[in-house]
Amino acid sequence: MARHHVSTTVNGEPVDFLCETQQTLLDVLRDELRLTGSKEGCSSGDCGACSVTIDGRLVCSCLVLGVEAEGHEIETIEGMAEGEALHPLQQKFLEEAALQCGFCTPGFLVAGKALLDRNLNPTETEVRYWLAGNLCRCTGYDKIVRAVMDTAAEMRGA
Amino acid sequence: MTAIQFETPTSVDDAVAALAKANGNGRVLAGGTDLLVQMRAGMVRPGLVVDVKGISEMVSIEKTGDGFVVGASVSGAELGEHDELKAAWPGVVEAMELVGSTQIQGRASLGGNLCNGSPAADSVPAMIAAGGVCLIAGPNGRREAPVEDIVTGPGKTSLANGEIVVAFRFPNRPAHSGDAYLRFIPRTEMDIAVVGAGVSLTLDDGGTCTDARVSLGAVAPTPLLVADGAKALIGSKIDDGALEKLAAAASAACNPIDDKRGTIEYRTQVAGVLARRAAQIAADRARSN
Ligand SMILES: Cc1cc2nc3c(=O)[nH]c(=O)nc-3n(C[C@H](O)[C@H](O)[C@H](O)COP(=O)(O)OP(=O)(O)OC[C@H]3O[C@@H](n4cnc5c(N)ncnc54)[C@H](O)[C@@H]3O)c2cc1C
Ligand code: FES
Ligand code: FES
Repeated sequence: MARHHVSTTVNGEPVDFLCETQQTLLDVLRDELRLTGSKEGCSSGDCGACSVTIDGRLVCSCLVLGVEAEGHEIETIEGMAEGEALHPLQQKFLEEAALQCGFCTPGFLVAGKALLDRNLNPTETEVRYWLAGNLCRCTGYDKIVRAVMDTAAEMRGA
Repeated sequence: MTAIQFETPTSVDDAVAALAKANGNGRVLAGGTDLLVQMRAGMVRPGLVVDVKGISEMVSIEKTGDGFVVGASVSGAELGEHDELKAAWPGVVEAMELVGSTQIQGRASLGGNLCNGSPAADSVPAMIAAGGVCLIAGPNGRREAPVEDIVTGPGKTSLANGEIVVAFRFPNRPAHSGDAYLRFIPRTEMDIAVVGAGVSLTLDDGGTCTDARVSLGAVAPTPLLVADGAKALIGSKIDDGALEKLAAAASAACNPIDDKRGTIEYRTQVAGVLARRAAQIAADRARSN
């Protein structure tokens, strides 16, 4: 049976894969490309654990078909650190203990970075609304929101 | 299971031709935020998925002599970034921006919100109030239909087999016009409307309402155009008396369900309150331009 041949870019690297129509981008990332940082919490767009960006736009990879990646640029949690150097938001999550079990963390980091890429001076309300599609059953959100605010302050040199 | 075919046409004609070949077993894919959830749950099993986001007229926003033509598959995020559209039709844009989270906004479209056929779809009452018109293409050519004619029941539309909503047309705004959309949900984000209310109106130089449209969502099997609500506003200065009549007309139009989000009585009451508040916001906007 015909599988689709898809050519795309993942974390700056050209990538080719084969997939069936109904396979989501999340399925492809995890099962075909073995990039298991993006998590599957719900597969219905509710939890944000599968967050990635496509051409810079934040999306749930569980609600994108793998075939839709053709010709686009995908960024996942695996592309966030530069080699051994963590992104400032990853560093801050560690310093401020903004995670417990860690299942939601890749999604929060990808979503938080997408916000900081657009706005280095968000209000707490803006951070909370931006992250409303990311669920965490452990932390109570406060430390996550604070880590994003503190990273923003640090990155704008305040 | 036979393989699901997938096509990425770059023209409306090619998309229509692809859907025609699928004999009713094809599905349009826009943002996928309804379709993929339904496919994963086994609620829909298409033989063909047609991704329409490669069709430029479906993913662009154009200002024409008559107003705006908004591609049906433009994402909510892109609508929110379009300052001119937001200035002319703030209610339509704010309604679409209420849909889902940041992640959902990156994909969800007006066309998908309408064609999914949910009575609670947030952008639909706002588009109905705005007098939006669907530009439709199908096997029998092109036609137009007002937004309120599309949804015929939960999950059901008046679109014929193989028809696609290509774009929405919103008219130019006379001076002193404004629109607004409000919804009530138990959480402040990421929930389905208990009630939604859209109002669009125009005032004359003296502040008297000369034109109005009122629409409600989530209070009946389809989004509603509430003609009596408009009648309550037209000819008034949007004063307390007129707003009281509007609220009564909105409540009277309701034919809601009882569910965990709200009882019939509650939805009926809230519809009046929200219609009234939306009219106030629309009037404030109209007075400031
Ligand atoms: C977590 C989450 C939260 C949500 N929150 C809300 C909310 O707050 N308010 C709300 O109203 N909705 C909400 N939704 C539902 C959904 O996001 C919206 O209905 C959205 O606008 C659908 O648009 P789409 O482009 O993703 O549609 P798709 O899923 O691509 O399509 C939906 C349906 O319409 C058909 N279709 C799409 N475009 C066209 C077209 N141009 N012509 C003909 N048929 C077409 C498709 O074949 C499919 O049957 C939510 C969904 C999720 C997953
Ligand atoms: S797995 Fe995608 S949103 Fe939960
Ligand atoms: S840290 Fe456990 S779900 Fe967020």
